[in-house]
Amino acid sequence: MALSEDEVRHVGMLARIALTDAEVADLAPQLSKILQYAEQVGEVADAGNVEPTVHPYPLQNVFRDDVPGQPLDREALLSQGPDVDDHRFVVPQIVAEEG
Amino acid sequence: MSQLTARSAHDLLAAMAAGDVTAVEVTQAHLDRIAAVDGDGSGDRDVHAFLQVTGEAALAKAADVDARRAGGESVGALAGVPIAVKDVVVTEGIPTTCGSKILQGWVPPYDATLVARLKAADAIIVGKTNMDEFAMGSSNENSAYGNVRNPWDLGRVPGGSSGGSAAAVAAGMAPLAIGTDTGGSIRQPAALCGIVGGKPTYGAVSRYGLIAFASSLDQAGPFARTVADAALLQRVIAGHDPLDSTSIPEPSRDLLAGIESGVAGMRLGVVRELQGEGYEPGVEASFNAALDRFRDLGAEIIEVSLPHAPYGLPAYYLVAPSECSSNLAKFDGVRFGLRVDAATTEEMMAATRAAGFGAEVKRRIMIGTHALSSGYYDAYYAQASRVRTLIADDFRAAFGQVDALVSPTSPSVAFPHDSKTADPIAMYLNDVATVPASLAGTPAISIPCGLAVAPDGTDPLPVGLQIMAPLHRDEVMYRVARAFEASLGFDPTPAGAHALAMA
Amino acid sequence: MAFQMPDGWELVVGLEVHVELNTATKMFSASPVDFAGEPNTRVFPLDAGLPGTLPVINGRAVEAAARLGLAINCGVAERCVMHRKNYFYPDLPKGYQISQYDVPLCHDGWLDLDVEDYDDIVRVRIERLHMEEDTGKSTHVGGAGRLHGADASMIDYNRAGIPLLEIVSRPDIHDPAVAMAYVREVQAIVKALGVSDAKLEEGSMRCDANVSVNRVGATEFGTRREIKNVNSIRSVGRAIAYEAFAQIDEIEAGATIVQETRHWDEAKGVTSTLRRKETVADYRYFPDPDLVAIVSVPEWVDGLRASLPELPRVTRDRITAMGVASPQAVSMVGGDEMLGWFDAGVAAGADPRTLANWITGDVVGQLGQAGLTETESGLTGAHLAELVGMVDGGALSTKMAKDVLVGVIESRGAKSPSEVAQERGLEQMSDTGALQAIVDDVIARNPAVVEKIRGGADKAIGALVGQVMGATRGQANPGMVNDLLRAAIDG
Repeated sequence: MALSEDEVRHVGMLARIALTDAEVADLAPQLSKILQYAEQVGEVADAGNVEPTVHPYPLQNVFRDDVPGQPLDREALLSQGPDVDDHRFVVPQIVAEEG
Repeated sequence: MSQLTARSAHDLLAAMAAGDVTAVEVTQAHLDRIAAVDGDGSGDRDVHAFLQVTGEAALAKAADVDARRAGGESVGALAGVPIAVKDVVVTEGIPTTCGSKILQGWVPPYDATLVARLKAADAIIVGKTNMDEFAMGSSNENSAYGNVRNPWDLGRVPGGSSGGSAAAVAAGMAPLAIGTDTGGSIRQPAALCGIVGGKPTYGAVSRYGLIAFASSLDQAGPFARTVADAALLQRVIAGHDPLDSTSIPEPSRDLLAGIESGVAGMRLGVVRELQGEGYEPGVEASFNAALDRFRDLGAEIIEVSLPHAPYGLPAYYLVAPSECSSNLAKFDGVRFGLRVDAATTEEMMAATRAAGFGAEVKRRIMIGTHALSSGYYDAYYAQASRVRTLIADDFRAAFGQVDALVSPTSPSVAFPHDSKTADPIAMYLNDVATVPASLAGTPAISIPCGLAVAPDGTDPLPVGLQIMAPLHRDEVMYRVARAFEASLGFDPTPAGAHALAMA
Repeated sequence: MAFQMPDGWELVVGLEVHVELNTATKMFSASPVDFAGEPNTRVFPLDAGLPGTLPVINGRAVEAAARLGLAINCGVAERCVMHRKNYFYPDLPKGYQISQYDVPLCHDGWLDLDVEDYDDIVRVRIERLHMEEDTGKSTHVGGAGRLHGADASMIDYNRAGIPLLEIVSRPDIHDPAVAMAYVREVQAIVKALGVSDAKLEEGSMRCDANVSVNRVGATEFGTRREIKNVNSIRSVGRAIAYEAFAQIDEIEAGATIVQETRHWDEAKGVTSTLRRKETVADYRYFPDPDLVAIVSVPEWVDGLRASLPELPRVTRDRITAMGVASPQAVSMVGGDEMLGWFDAGVAAGADPRTLANWITGDVVGQLGQAGLTETESGLTGAHLAELVGMVDGGALSTKMAKDVLVGVIESRGAKSPSEVAQERGLEQMSDTGALQAIVDDVIARNPAVVEKIRGGADKAIGALVGQVMGATRGQANPGMVNDLLRAAIDG
């Protein structure tokens, strides 16, 4: 299935990647071609009868004891931040709440 | 003493244990080699395998190993052996970029588990290697920091995404290297560079500290010039890790114990779907010669089918981008890495990611975001995950008939830079033979099986043979690989008119 | 005054309650959760979303979730997984929240509620209980500290990753009073299990209300609006009532209700638009490949069920069966220490009704005046039993007893009522002869308690001490009284 330029813009928004109009125009046919290639999985008829695999090696109930460890040194953590003030990470005005 | 940079890790360990050479001498020889041939990519004979060389720390560690050995203390299993680590692995205090601009200058505050194990084994980490950005690529042409050149022909790619690690080992810059393999990113560069590269069973090596590309596929593994070296390295880094929920609790069987047992009486399956159309004639010829060699060694060659293998690559290009689109969401300019300022947080994140990610990474994030999005999830990600089950079932059935499976590792030998970059699908097809084992989680290794001339060239270039074993039976693939290696006697020294000078 | 919808209108409410667990560590990392004040000092690499990090599930959190699910009558899923809920927000360090999607850990429960003015029990069904993780905390700079109008925001990740349980009710609630009773009951159950502080005011419990209205006879529910920032039980009721009438007014004025999130302002008593969503968020849920399945075997579930403590409903029934008024029972079960005081006090021989009166009346009143929590007071059931005994025995008038109570609280429980009574100027009586006579008399009149003490219930001696103190107008030497009683009982 081909992706339209509008759909490419929508995906770009969902993925928080700013795209120029030129990039959108380039990406639409590229992504469409890749998707068309990947869509071959739809041809596999007997896939309807099986469970999806997420983990190749079957494991279950992997838990951790509720025992505290040593947190990151705050300076080590904050020193990586692009903008830090009063021991917190600073970001510009947030417009959307989430999503 | 013969050239230290041409010797295997096992040889170096023996020599150091015998007192013939010190760890500092071994380390210095390799640092000198790196300085001589690696460059920074700007010269047209630079291999550019390394993004970061940690010479001072390496020599200090080597000196410490020598002192402890001299003092009669016991030293680790890799004591004094130089090793290169792919820059997708987090190393405390050493800048880690993942081949991306978005992590330029990031210095991690913690070590990956496998790095902790290497340090405990007294290995000497000489630097972080170049790679396709965020492990996405098959030619190491997607690095934000420049291409890597294949030591066998500096005008050709080393393969990817672990191109830097493979080139480093092939060029004698280190006897060992760590790579990661998601769809073939250890095996394919090993094949193109004429060395050994292994992808352990999924879950055998901890992923804690591996910057995630596709969580259900990523595995760290060994590069070396000999099978025994690769097995030793895997033994050091593998094992259960409580920090990784997908880590296999049970220990594997010893990888080295039965490695010399040979293949007489074993049944080896040739995968019908992983040969033929799309594979270069030179590769096919080399592969068939390998089958003859196995027969001479007493193995029985049987043709088997993995009927759903042709759907492996399409399924992979839904599963891997989907997982990566989520894994790469943490690169948002808030807490670390690149930030491009803007008036709002939304704009800042979008501008940061636009500037920080390369074209291939953006493509895959977008494919993945789309594949997971509302209305598309079932036809794409869920369907691909079901196809994955069928592929795993195919492997299980095949291993009911044979002890191991074989195929060519890559459909082609090393290709020239820029020859496949125009068409993403052409690039993806490099992994057509490696992806099925990734999806099934089974262990797989590539070893050199000969040389072949590329359709567009004149010099012989390495061909890789892929050996696949059942889940968590990694020792089987090492045993089969060793038998072949002992018989073939392949010289991993790059040779040819366009090769790197090895003297 | 009971709430009533205008004629011809129905109210439909569904509640989402989040419970922040009091485990020692976070949901997926071993970071301590001890509410240290300093920002970004309780952060593991995973909690900051650093590259290469991986989650590992806190087993104790799973246990707490299953216990709470069982306590609200849910079934526990045989097999479930964690999903990734993907969206971008600065307080979400990984760019996704690990949560649960199609198969939650627990499903299909209910709560039976006693609601004032309702003759019958009101049952509210529960759709699911699932596990997820909390986000970091944003402080907005500029714009009066609210998100809208802020110039910048500052993020602290101490809270990021703390285990959260989300309980989603079915839209079975049609009255703000029922909503309040539901939230109170969840709170009481959570406290009985000891898995969270469950304080709405502090954020260890959060409540969002989905509210819609429709005309009687409508075949579908109306469009719902979600109300956030409901920070007390009282707000639950007020916000729902306000929103119900607001929606009716809008519809009657010709407007259409659009799905949106609204912010409740407790001070102004109104809801206002937080954000309008033209499109539903696309969270792109998929199973988290870093985590493996959670499989619940029947033996594990049965074991958890068998180990559940007495649940509030049963406790309230048990207390009212002793003759205590229902509102007092509700109040004590809903407290932090009150229930413990009551049970210990009754075990020490105090009359349940008197004790309940003291606890829910004077004790609550004095704590309020002193600005202390129940825990901070240092009071115990033994203290209260002694006090009640002294009043019953006539040693202290009710007024004097209130003063004594003040003294016990001031000492944060270090001093007993008899010690305080003595300090406050009542003479001790040390005449052993006279005391002995009183002791003998008290013993003779309390054969049942004496039996209990002989049977090993040592603390029950408190009530007898109180009676002797009463007979001596609080002036006997408590130590001596104790010795004499002991000697007489032990024979």
